[in-house]
Amino acid sequence: MSDSAYRVEGQTGTWEVVIGLEVHAQVISKAKLFSGAAADFGALPNSQVSFVDAAFPGMLPVINETCVEQAVRTGLGLKAAINPISVFARKNYFYADLPAGYQISQYDKPIVGEGTVLLDLADGKTRAVGIERLHLEQDAGKSLHDQHPSKSYIDLNRAGVALMEIVSKPDLRSPEEAGAYLRKLRSILRYLGTCDGNMEEGSMRCDINVSVRHPGEPLRTRCEVKNVNSVRFVMQAIEAEATRQVELYESGGTVVQETRLYDPAKGETRSMRSKEHAHDYRYFPDPDLLPLVLAPDFVARIKASLPELPDEKKERFMRDYGLSPYDAGVLVTDRAAADYYEAVAKGRDPKTAANYVMGDLFGALNRTGRTIENPPVAAQALGQLIDRIGDGTLSGRLAKEVFELMVETGKDADALIAEKGLKQVTDTGAIETAIDQVMAANADKVAEYRSGKDKLFGFFVGQVMKATQGKANPALVNDLLKRKLAG
Amino acid sequence: MTQLTDLTLAHARLGLRNKHFSAVELTQAYLDAMAKAKPLNAYITETPELALAQAKAADARLAKSEAGALEGLPIAIKDLFCTAGVRTTAGSKILGSFVPPYESTVSAKLKAAGAVMLGKANLDEFAMGSANITSHFGPVENPWKSKRDPQARLVPGGSSGGSAAAVAAKIALAATGTDTGGSIRQPASFCGIVGIKPTYGRCSRYGIVAFASSLDQAGPMARTVEDAALMLVAMAGHDPLDSTSAPQPVPDFAAAINRGVQGLKVGVPKEYRPDGLDPAIARLWDQGLEWLVAAGAKVVPVSLPHTSYALATYYIVAPAEASSNLARYDGVRFGLRVGGETLDDLYRKTRAEGFGTEVRRRILIGTYVLSAGYYDAYYAKAQKVRALIAKDFRQAFDQVDCLLTPTAPSAAFAIGANSDDPITMYLNDVFTVPTSLAGLPGLSLPAGLSADGLPLGLQLIGRPFDEETLFAAAQVIENAAGLFPVAGGRP
Repeated sequence: MSDSAYRVEGQTGTWEVVIGLEVHAQVISKAKLFSGAAADFGALPNSQVSFVDAAFPGMLPVINETCVEQAVRTGLGLKAAINPISVFARKNYFYADLPAGYQISQYDKPIVGEGTVLLDLADGKTRAVGIERLHLEQDAGKSLHDQHPSKSYIDLNRAGVALMEIVSKPDLRSPEEAGAYLRKLRSILRYLGTCDGNMEEGSMRCDINVSVRHPGEPLRTRCEVKNVNSVRFVMQAIEAEATRQVELYESGGTVVQETRLYDPAKGETRSMRSKEHAHDYRYFPDPDLLPLVLAPDFVARIKASLPELPDEKKERFMRDYGLSPYDAGVLVTDRAAADYYEAVAKGRDPKTAANYVMGDLFGALNRTGRTIENPPVAAQALGQLIDRIGDGTLSGRLAKEVFELMVETGKDADALIAEKGLKQVTDTGAIETAIDQVMAANADKVAEYRSGKDKLFGFFVGQVMKATQGKANPALVNDLLKRKLAG
Repeated sequence: MTQLTDLTLAHARLGLRNKHFSAVELTQAYLDAMAKAKPLNAYITETPELALAQAKAADARLAKSEAGALEGLPIAIKDLFCTAGVRTTAGSKILGSFVPPYESTVSAKLKAAGAVMLGKANLDEFAMGSANITSHFGPVENPWKSKRDPQARLVPGGSSGGSAAAVAAKIALAATGTDTGGSIRQPASFCGIVGIKPTYGRCSRYGIVAFASSLDQAGPMARTVEDAALMLVAMAGHDPLDSTSAPQPVPDFAAAINRGVQGLKVGVPKEYRPDGLDPAIARLWDQGLEWLVAAGAKVVPVSLPHTSYALATYYIVAPAEASSNLARYDGVRFGLRVGGETLDDLYRKTRAEGFGTEVRRRILIGTYVLSAGYYDAYYAKAQKVRALIAKDFRQAFDQVDCLLTPTAPSAAFAIGANSDDPITMYLNDVFTVPTSLAGLPGLSLPAGLSADGLPLGLQLIGRPFDEETLFAAAQVIENAAGLFPVAGGRP
């Protein structure tokens, strides 16, 4: 680790934090993992439940091929080993929103094995984080405990929806790295179209395994913080849990392995259940399902259809457009943003394009609350604006003004230039006239300048630009002004 | 009209087609017989109105020559098959008033073939039992009587005891059964009828209340080999709704019955002749072999060395799966609910009141063998032994075309006997369980009577998806042994 490594400073010394994440990512598919019921979010309670989902007597699961394809696609996107044979197992426990009394999951034979995710760090460097496995499993239903004083309501719409559980190795060392991992994973899943990565709607949820140790020590006991539903809370929960563990060790206590919950209101974790009360899930292969065997050409076909992923795209942006690792990293996070950028950059100066997309456009998206899929200024329109800088019609300053008008009105650059007379003045006669007027009105300053007060040059530029309503070509103004002031 | 119920399914089928009687007349004859045979308790739910309506519709189709393969033939459906709109209990209090809104694939196929459903046949609770004494709806009585003790009420075997008793007592032309470790074959043997557990995957499990998913298999129970073959053709076939259902074409089993056994190699596993084997059963077995040899078959001694581990293996695998399969009966969404203070309390009360002793025993065994720390010693080990048992059969079938063994170690016993020790009861399945573990087809047919005048069955075991050979060999034995209608003609 570098000097900037994240450490918790305790009374007795420095502590390193060891983090592994289990991400539950909801598979994008029309139907559930083992039934034909719809898997849409936000439908009326219990309106998307088949007899299979509700575990009626005699009902049997039948695997949804789309979900398998999505898991394989995700595995390939994580540069992971695809297991040609995997096995569905039953995880047995009783709960009111688990209709069968077991969850169909994968246990010792998951569909995807070890892989890698590259973190894009703030300093532009990358760091590899290991993926332990990815497996397919069913979601449970939802229990609503606040609808009635003494009863719980159960909504089975989610019951049976396909999830991918993506387990990282304990390779993460700070809340920032955990955040970067989640953002990168989300970016990859969205590129692949296998999960929408929407943590607010619960389509991506995270369990965090945290332990602390003195640097160089073997791993100590970990605690699992369950079901955290935003990147920010994940980062906060890690900090809170690491601090708790350090304080516990330093006050002479020991950390016991247990499941905990993070309370964002209080900024602390609290015990949910201890190891002694942990469920014995009695995993065994689901006898209703045959082992899942993937034909080599099935995997090959999916591999051939993979899109360019963020890491490859970033490399290409750096190589082909000469962008910095940071700029390239920012632009490729979102596939639509990267596509937008490429449309703007095509045949134009890639750095100007990057500056406009990352600065003006992203700023406008933030301000207007619009998305890159539905931008206030289309890529071609932004391209046209940049072209008007290139051909000298607009100065950089005017272009920014035109961009803001484009955001407001939705009109294109040429229309606005014509309409508002924003065309840059390149008529040297007009500029000279303006300069002469400014010099005449400020004779004293001209004298000061000529006696050696060079700093006044900026003042004259400002006055000339003002006199021309900012439309004068700045390069011409500089040139002519220098000549005239020189006398 | 009562003699209509004496006809076999094949003959009744001909009679309907030739308009010797109508489906309504045939069905009415069965309904009348059922009314008289109530003491047998073979049915949990009788559906006379539905049966007559179906028979009427069948007559209409027969008149228009649009008859299905089983058009107008009245049968019983084991109450483990979900039937849309008709109560399906699995013999359990926990499903005592459960009316499924869907139909099992097998019963739907029978319906589509034109069969008339007389009612839902009694069974051991969740198909767990070998004597049909664990049903919440009371025991089923075997229509057969022991010559030695004619007053004794005998068990029909189990778990498909209601189906077997109904077919033997002629209150159903045929019936569906399910077999997990012998639940078709052993009651067929006890009641003197033919029953076949087809290859695992031959019939869809969709809509059948699950006991042990890797073993459960539906099959027919009928009075003759031909009747069983006709039933199986209608029941079998690949079903995309059951992932374990085999994408195999369904042969015309009825066409296979007259193939004969010329040149057929029949294996005799030495492990199936333990020291204590009932001499009458041993004699019958030899007799069966002689009949086959007389028809041109060749007898080959074989060994199935892991046979003695089969029962123990079965009583780990089946309860393990059952403990998980029965978790859904929790009082939350359907079936019995006994209210509680908390969710756990609701579970505890509902399941304690809803399940009988034998079901609870198996749930406990199954939960135990899957528990952390015991899984490897029990479940994982059992799976390994199961693989060895299957290998035994594969090796035997390198040398022979089918096997002949006894079906059960005894004839029917009295209701109440063998009840104090579950292990004694489990021994009923000693000859049928290995076949189940290996997923192979097994057919039981009556071949003779015990000294007490009770039917004894022989079991034919075949290669995967080679039920045809079993039907052919069974027909040879049936031709030699004759049929075994219930003595004394009760009812």
